Amino acid sequence: MAASEMSARFRPGDRVRVRKAYPLGHIRTPFYIRGHSGVVERLCGSFGNPEELAQMRSGEPKQPLYRVRFLQKDVWPGYRGDARDVLEVEIFQHWLE
Amino acid sequence: MGGLPAGKVEATEHDYAQWERRVDALMVLLSGVRGGTRLMTVDELRKNIETLPPDAYERMSYYERWVTSITQTMIQRGVITTEELGRKMEEIEKRGGK
Repeated sequence: MAASEMSARFRPGDRVRVRKAYPLGHIRTPFYIRGHSGVVERLCGSFGNPEELAQMRSGEPKQPLYRVRFLQKDVWPGYRGDARDVLEVEIFQHWLE
Repeated sequence: MGGLPAGKVEATEHDYAQWERRVDALMVLLSGVRGGTRLMTVDELRKNIETLPPDAYERMSYYERWVTSITQTMIQRGVITTEELGRKMEEIEKRGGK
């Protein structure tokens, strides 16, 4: 049986926002990045959903994983580094809108 | 950690104790990456580490967290029971001659 997979909704260059939600469970989207907006840098591939894999389920359909680029100054209040500094975080599609 | 303020990162090489190597090997075998039956995922390992109470998390070493999490996962999946685990621990404690 072929593994089921969600199709990719975003492309490199697309502006995306990370959902600002705090459900219980095992979640790989860091707290500090939720609610922030960035730009898709690349599609990394599709992988089993860790939120499901952590709970003894199959993790399917596989979810596209994106590397998203954020500006450090947008993420950290009072950031004193270069205004062009970036932060890249790998985020699953179901956390992006 | 997790965007919270933390101490300095100490970049030193670690030497591992034999039991720590065994815990690592146990995780490899249980994950089925060498072709065996997959009895757990790395996500379950992480979930059960995150579930540790903050004081336990702080007190435990890296592989103590792993072995605690692996044990919790095996109980959740019904691979072992709490009863079996408790009896085995008693048996080993006696063997140790304390």
